[in-house]
Amino acid sequence: MALALETIDLNKHFGGIIASSNVSLKVDKGARHALIGPNGAGKTTLVNLLTGILRPTSGRILLEGADITDVEPHDRVRLGLARTFQINQLFGDLTPLETIGLAVSERHGSGSDWWRLVGSRPGVTDEIVELLAHFRLEDVMHERTAVLPYGRQRLLEIALAFACKPRVLLLDEPAAGVPEVERHEILATIAALPADVTVLLIEHDMDIVFTFADRISVLVNGELFVEGTPEEVARDPRVKAVYLGEEAVHV
Amino acid sequence: MTRPLSSTVATYLARRARWTPLEIAFWLLAAATIYLLPGRHLILTEIAILGLFALSLDLILGYAGIISLGHAAFFGFGAYCAGLLAKHEIITEPVVALIVSGLAATVLGFVTSFLVLRGSDLTRLMVTLGVALVLREIANKYSELTGGADGLQGITMAPVLGRFRFDLFGHTAYIYSLVVLFVLFVIARRIVNSPFGLSLRAVKGNPLRASAVGIAVNWRLVAIYTIAAGYAGIAGALLTQTTAFTSLDVLAFERSADTLLVLIIGGTGYLYGGLIGAVIFKLMQDWIANLTPQYWQFWIGLVLVLIVLVGRERVAGWMAPIRALIGRIGRRARRADALGASPGQGG
Repeated sequence: MALALETIDLNKHFGGIIASSNVSLKVDKGARHALIGPNGAGKTTLVNLLTGILRPTSGRILLEGADITDVEPHDRVRLGLARTFQINQLFGDLTPLETIGLAVSERHGSGSDWWRLVGSRPGVTDEIVELLAHFRLEDVMHERTAVLPYGRQRLLEIALAFACKPRVLLLDEPAAGVPEVERHEILATIAALPADVTVLLIEHDMDIVFTFADRISVLVNGELFVEGTPEEVARDPRVKAVYLGEEAVHV
Repeated sequence: MTRPLSSTVATYLARRARWTPLEIAFWLLAAATIYLLPGRHLILTEIAILGLFALSLDLILGYAGIISLGHAAFFGFGAYCAGLLAKHEIITEPVVALIVSGLAATVLGFVTSFLVLRGSDLTRLMVTLGVALVLREIANKYSELTGGADGLQGITMAPVLGRFRFDLFGHTAYIYSLVVLFVLFVIARRIVNSPFGLSLRAVKGNPLRASAVGIAVNWRLVAIYTIAAGYAGIAGALLTQTTAFTSLDVLAFERSADTLLVLIIGGTGYLYGGLIGAVIFKLMQDWIANLTPQYWQFWIGLVLVLIVLVGRERVAGWMAPIRALIGRIGRRARRADALGASPGQGG
């Protein structure tokens, strides 16, 4: 099977701290791949390396076979790699309509268009409407994002990544801090993604991971520790000791 | 379900950029001053030029979040360009000379824009301030070209479009300045309502996320900084053309600082802030200078301190009721649209 995303011996050092150590991750095209690990395992660092916010100390990153190690973050989006953030990163002064409109315009290549009005292309408007309806944000589309309830902001966070129409989507704890009701909404939306979209899910919640993922990688101390199907990972005694063991202690 | 929503969104997006009655009234009033206040055209010209300069600063500060203490660099560059073009009779027709001066400032803006890309607000303040200081010293040093501390003298202005002569009372100068201001305002308004303008607000709000939706953050900043520099250059050129004189003052730190003050008085991020701020600032300056000719700077200084103490937000808040009113009218219209277009929505 072709690879959607691959890292080769990826290292990231912050001074003396090793945040990622020889990570060689392979994500198949169309996979529902989960990345788990205890706090401080380097999951978010890895996402930041993949999306280009951080530059690796050494190693390569391949997107659908093409080397993107030195590609700027915004160009990676254009190449089909989008993400959501663990902590909402939204435009507080813009409305959901403007936020989604912005991302859709950008993808249609009219982002540097300074003469026409926003949404003057019919295709753009239709797409904005589709996304707003899909994430049930129509009723708040004219409100300032900053005043929306947290659950709605979370939906917008994910809608914004969807608006980039990614072929590879990185979800950094999409359901974090979301009330139970809206959590289902978010998970249903993610589950409804087209099968050819590759998803890499970074998640803490084991229920979500085991219902969603068809493949799991475990990251510990910046290293890729174990990789396999959910059954294999669940059975692995080392994972139990390091990761699930830690959870068990809390219980 | 999608159909009515789609037309609502389309209507809303189109309506976003529509001129409100208040805006139309503002410009009608501005045009009316041509006939109603013929004796005040000299100060009105100054206001129009200051307003244009503050509008230029609003484009980078209010829309892209780039703070500058050296915006006079572009104003002064445009001013000297216009002066030299006229003095040496390279381009005598004012409108063409104005455009050429604006383009020259645009080039300078593009070249120096790369300096403001990196770093925090403080770095940007220092870098922009530095660029303006350097430019002022260069103008001072090459006094055989610029006239140095004595200023660039001996400028004779040809009639605008070969027809309208600059008169002693400043009637032509005012109409000319007002028309230029209006044209550039319309263009600026178009820019901020475009996808490009929206992306600037996104970059200002959250550059990290902006790049995560595919926006080339640095290029957008370069673009708006360059455009704003052109605007400032045209404002400077207008000053030279309407006064037939220019001096090192056009590059002075005080000019940058005053403009920032003007924008803070009027409020940032809605284009009218610079214009309203310019009216208040100039009238206040004029009024205080009449009361106490020697100490007017004391009062300006006091107002500055008060504004900072009271807080930027609250000063911009003077305009809040008006802005809220515009917003409310707009929202009501939008809601009416939404209800009219999609009665089944129940929202």
